[in-house]
Amino acid sequence: MGATASKLPKDQLSEYQELTFLTKQEILLAHKRFNELLEREDRQQIGGSRVPMNKILTLPELKSNPFRRRICQVFSTSDLRDGSLSFEDFLDLLSAFSDSATLEIKSHYAFRIFDFDDDGTLDTGDLEKLVNCLTGEMDNTRLTSEEMKQLINNILEESDIDKDGTVNLSEFQHVISRSPDFVSSFKIVL
Amino acid sequence: HIFCSSKNPHEESMSEGERARLMEEVEEKKKLIANIRNKPWRMKRRLKHLKEAQLFVDKFEGALGKGKGRKLYAYKVMMMKKWIKFQRDFENFKTACIPWERKIKEVESHFGSSVASYFIFLRWMYGMNLVLFSLTFGLVVIPEVLMGLPYGSIPRKTVPREEQDTAMDYSVLTDFNGYCKYSVLFYGYYNNQRTIGFLKFRLPLSYLMVGIGTFGYSLMVVIRTMAKNADVGGGDGEDSEFTFAWKMFTSWDYLIGNAETADNKYASITTSFKESIVDEQENQKDENIHLRRFLRVLANFLITCTLGGSGYLIYFVVKRSQEFANRDDLGWYEKNELEIIMSLLGLVGPMLFETIAELEEYHPRIALKWQLGRIFALFLGNLYTFLLALFDEVNAKLEEEKDIKNASIWFMKEYFANFTANNPNETGTPPPIEPADVIRGPCWETTVGIEFVKLTISDIQVTYLTILIGDFLRALIVRFLNYCWCWDLEAGWPSYGEFDISGNVLGLVFNQGMIWMGSFYAPGLVGINVLRLLTSMYYQCWAVMACNVPHERVFKASKSNNFYMGLLLLILFLSLLPVVYTIMSLPPSFDCGPFSGKERMFDVIIETIELDLPSFLGTLFSYAANPGLIIPAILLMVLAIYYLNSVSEAYKNANNELKKKMQMARDEEKNRRNNKDSTNQVMKDLEDLLPNRSNLPPPEEKKDKPDERKPKVKPGAAGNAVNLQKDVSLASVNPNARGPVTQAPGPRAPGPGNSRGRGQGPPPRH
Repeated sequence: MGATASKLPKDQLSEYQELTFLTKQEILLAHKRFNELLEREDRQQIGGSRVPMNKILTLPELKSNPFRRRICQVFSTSDLRDGSLSFEDFLDLLSAFSDSATLEIKSHYAFRIFDFDDDGTLDTGDLEKLVNCLTGEMDNTRLTSEEMKQLINNILEESDIDKDGTVNLSEFQHVISRSPDFVSSFKIVL
Repeated sequence: HIFCSSKNPHEESMSEGERARLMEEVEEKKKLIANIRNKPWRMKRRLKHLKEAQLFVDKFEGALGKGKGRKLYAYKVMMMKKWIKFQRDFENFKTACIPWERKIKEVESHFGSSVASYFIFLRWMYGMNLVLFSLTFGLVVIPEVLMGLPYGSIPRKTVPREEQDTAMDYSVLTDFNGYCKYSVLFYGYYNNQRTIGFLKFRLPLSYLMVGIGTFGYSLMVVIRTMAKNADVGGGDGEDSEFTFAWKMFTSWDYLIGNAETADNKYASITTSFKESIVDEQENQKDENIHLRRFLRVLANFLITCTLGGSGYLIYFVVKRSQEFANRDDLGWYEKNELEIIMSLLGLVGPMLFETIAELEEYHPRIALKWQLGRIFALFLGNLYTFLLALFDEVNAKLEEEKDIKNASIWFMKEYFANFTANNPNETGTPPPIEPADVIRGPCWETTVGIEFVKLTISDIQVTYLTILIGDFLRALIVRFLNYCWCWDLEAGWPSYGEFDISGNVLGLVFNQGMIWMGSFYAPGLVGINVLRLLTSMYYQCWAVMACNVPHERVFKASKSNNFYMGLLLLILFLSLLPVVYTIMSLPPSFDCGPFSGKERMFDVIIETIELDLPSFLGTLFSYAANPGLIIPAILLMVLAIYYLNSVSEAYKNANNELKKKMQMARDEEKNRRNNKDSTNQVMKDLEDLLPNRSNLPPPEEKKDKPDERKPKVKPGAAGNAVNLQKDVSLASVNPNARGPVTQAPGPRAPGPGNSRGRGQGPPPRH
C-alpha cells in the first residue's frame, strides 16, 4: 500500500464521534491532515505515532496563532513533554476548539493554555507572558514596563475575587462566561 | 460496584428493589456515555471510561431484559440505539449540506470573524428566502400554471390589443410591462376561479394563506434565531464590567490563519491596551461640557433636517412620476427617476451622517450605534414615504376603476348589439369578445407589484455597481497607478477599501423588508431575491478577497448579532402593516387577480368556511371572532407579559444579592486569614462598638505575609493544610487579630476554586 495513507477503521470512527464534538467529516478530514504531517514510514500505524511540535506548527490554522506552542504543550500527552501530538491528542485539540464545544470545555482549556508555568493559577508572570504574546514579536509593539504593571493591576482588580494576587480557574471561568466574544473567537476549524 | 447477582438467565432471582437499582445504574452509565465529550479529560481516559460504561450497559441490559416485560424492554433498548444512530447520521448529513463552508472559512481566516459574520448572515437569509420561494412557487405559481387557464384565454392573461406591437420590446420588458406584466410574476395574472383543475385546488385561498404564511414563517425563524443568540451572548451584561480581563483573554481571534491579518490584530490589540490604560488613568477630563452639548444638539438638528429633506424629496419625485405616467415621450432618466433617487439617497445619506457625527465626539462604539440608528431612520423614512405616495396612486386608480367598469359594461352591450345587427340570421349566443379587445381596468395591485420589483432591481444594480467602482476600480487604480504617482497611494489616501459590515448588513435587512412587502403583489419577487442572494454571495466573496484589506481598527460590536436580528424583526412588523391594511380595507380590482369580484380580499376565507368546511366549524369561527372573546384574550396576554417581566426582574435582583453576598463572604474570609481589619463597613462599626478593642497597631508580620502567602503547591488537600497551619500559628501571636463576629471556620472549602484545578469534576456553573 505504498504511499497511500491508512484508513480509519469504522468502529474507531464511531467511537471518536462519541468522544468528541466533531462530526464524521471533520474526523476524517483531521485524519487526512494528520497523515500528511506524519513521516512516510509512520503512516501505516497512525494510532501510535506522534508528530513533533515543529511539524504541527506548520499547519496554516496554527501558524499565525500567538499561543501555538502552548496549545501543543497543553494537548500533548507525550511523556517527554516536548509538545508532540498523537492522533488522539490532535482530535482532542480540534474537539475543544470546535464549534459545538461547550463553554466549560473551552474555558477550561483556555485557562490551561494561558497558564504558562503550569501551576494551576494565573499569576503575574503568566499574565505578563500573555500580554507579550498578544502584542506581537516586534519591539515597537510591546508595552513598557509601566504600562504592563498598570495593565496587570487592572486585570487583577477586575477578575481576582478572593484578592490573592492570582486568577484561579473558577474566577477565570466567571469572567469568561460573561464575555459575548469568547465562544465565537475561541475556534479553530480545519 | 458491579452487581454480582443472578448470572443465571433463567432464574428471576432479582428482587424488585435490586432490579430498580440496577436500572438506575444502567441509566447513569448511559448518561455518562452521552455526556462523555463534555469532560475535559484526555482521550485515553475518556476512552477507558466509555468502554467500561458500554461494557456495563451491555452486560446488564441483557440481564434486565429477562423476566417481566423483557421483550418490551429489549425492544425499547434496540429502538433507542437505532434512534441515536439515526440522529447522529442526520446531524452529519445536515452539516454536509450547508453550502459555502469553505468560502466563508477562507474569508474568516483572512479577515477575522466579524467580516465573516456578514457572510454567515447572508447565507442564513438565503436559506430563509429559499423556503419562502418554495412555498410561493409550489402552492401558488405551479398550480396556476399547470391547472389554470392558459395564456391568452381570458382578458387578464392577455396583452391588450393596444400594447401588442410593443410587448416584446426590450425597453418595455425592462420596465416590466408588456409580456412581463401579464405573466405569473404579478398578481394580475391569477384567475379568481374558486377551484381549479380536477384536484379542486382552491387557488384564491391558497394565495391568501401563502401571503400570510410568508410572514408567519419569517417571524418564527427570526425569533428562534434571536433566542438562540441571546442564550450564547449571555444577555445584556454591563459593558464595562470586565473590560481589561476580556481584552486579555478573549481578544485573540483563533480563526485567523493569515500572517498579515495576524500582524494587524497584534497592532490593534496593542493600541486598544494602550488606549484603555490611558483612559483609565485620565478619567475624563471634561473640557467644556457646554460646548459639547451644544455641538451634539446642533448635530442632531442637522441630521433631522437631512432626514426631513430626503423624505420630502422622495415624495416630490413620486408625485412627478405620476405625472410622467400620463406622458409618452419619456427618456430613460424620467422613467427610472424614482428608483435612482432612492438608491442615491441610500448611498449619500450614511456618508453625510458620518461627517456630521464628527461634531459629536462619542466613543466609537456609541458612535456606531448612533450611526446605525440614523441610517435605519433614513431608510425607514424613505420607504414609508414611498409607500404613502404609492397609496395615493392606488386611490387614484381605484377612482379610475369605477369609470372603466361602467365603460366596459357599455362596451360589451354595444358589441352584442353590433353582432346581432350584423348577423340577423344567427340565433343563439354570440361568441365571446376577443380577450385582447376587452377594456381593461387599471389593476392597482399589479402596479404596486411592478413598483416593488423595479425598486428591488435598481437596488441590486446600485449595490453591484458600487462594489465594482468603489472597491474594484479603486483597488486597480491604487495598485497600478502607484508606480507613477507622487505620493504612496497604498499607505495614504485612497488606499484599499475596508469591508463595510454594518452598511452591508443594513442593506440586506432593508432589501428583505422590501421583499416582504412586495411579495404579496408580485409572487415572482421572492424568486428574483433568491437569485440575487446567490449571486451576491459569490460576487461579494470574490470582491472581499480581491479588493479589500482587513480592518485596521478591529473592534467588535459583538452583541450586534442580536441587534441586526432585532432590526430584521422590526422591519418584518413594519412591512406586515401595509400588506395587512390592504388586505383588510382596500377593495380588490374587479377584473384582475385571484380576488377579483369580491368586496374585500379576506372574503375568500369566509367563503371557504361557509362552503367547504362543515357547518359547526363555521359557527365555531363566528364565536371565536366575537370581540367579547378576543378582548379578554388580549388582556390575558398583556397580564402574562407583565407577570413574566416582574418574575425576571425578581430573578435579576436575587442574582445581584447573591453576588454581593459572595463578595462579602470572600472578603471576610480573606481578611480573617490575613488578620486585617474588616473592610466591610457594617462589620467595622460593629467591631468598634465592642468593649475590648484595644489600640494595638497591626503587627509587622504583615510585611512577610505577601511572600509566604502563595506557596506554589499543586492543588489538593496537602497544600491547604499547610495554609491553615500557617493561619493558626499567626493567630496565636497576635491576640487582637480576630474580630469576634466573623463566622466560624467550620466546613469551608479550602479556597475558591483550588479543588477544581485539573479536571477533577465539572465546574459548579449551569
